[in-house]
Amino acid sequence: MSTNRQYELVYIVTPEASDQEVADLHTQIEQIVQRFNGTFDKTENWGRRKLAYEIGHHREGNYVVETITGSGELMKEIDRRLRVIDSVIRHLVVRVDEELRVAERTRSARKATQARRRTARGLPPEPQPGEGRGDAMDQDDDRESAEVQR
Amino acid sequence: MREGRGGRGGDRDKDRAKGEGRPRGGFFRRRRVCKFCAEKIDYINYKDVRILAPFLPERGKIQPRRISGTCAKHQRKLQTAIKRARQLALIPYVTD
Repeated sequence: MSTNRQYELVYIVTPEASDQEVADLHTQIEQIVQRFNGTFDKTENWGRRKLAYEIGHHREGNYVVETITGSGELMKEIDRRLRVIDSVIRHLVVRVDEELRVAERTRSARKATQARRRTARGLPPEPQPGEGRGDAMDQDDDRESAEVQR
Repeated sequence: MREGRGGRGGDRDKDRAKGEGRPRGGFFRRRRVCKFCAEKIDYINYKDVRILAPFLPERGKIQPRRISGTCAKHQRKLQTAIKRARQLALIPYVTD
């Protein structure tokens, strides 16, 4: 099935809402997810946080981050529902699976090249602790050589 | 003809003087390295304000590549991350 995509849903609940209301909202979303045969991967409650700018006279908000795997229709329904609910002052749905996959690929590719180069030099594939010059040193060298060139 | 040439020459001298003055300003600046390449950050998370903050000067605008030294690939990703964070009121659109 090509409809199994991972999404991140972030929504901001009004600061007036009690913990119970936030929990109710969570179960509401969970029900929608179940109805559309999606799966709930993770929930993160950031709690109350100051907003960078005012949204509808609110200066604070309860942030909740949910990671959901499911279809586009599921997210569309959640998006529609959240838009209607007044206690949610802001929400954002982002598809993350592809971005995370790309990040994972570059990470593993980097590890592979590192291992290959290290074995070519006759070293163990993984860098040992306390080995090498450290990153800060490296950057300094770079800058100095650039200045000399000019 | 001669006058014209002389004039052009003078202009060129002026240009050169300007040209010399400009790189001097940049001379003391260090060569910048893309932060995300250097620190091997693969995924620029829009929820992490600490990663985004250094690329937002006081005014709240996205810092251009020529100043921050970020590579094109990461500037593109940084841009979307900042815009998402703005929607979520994690960082401001403008600060006065």
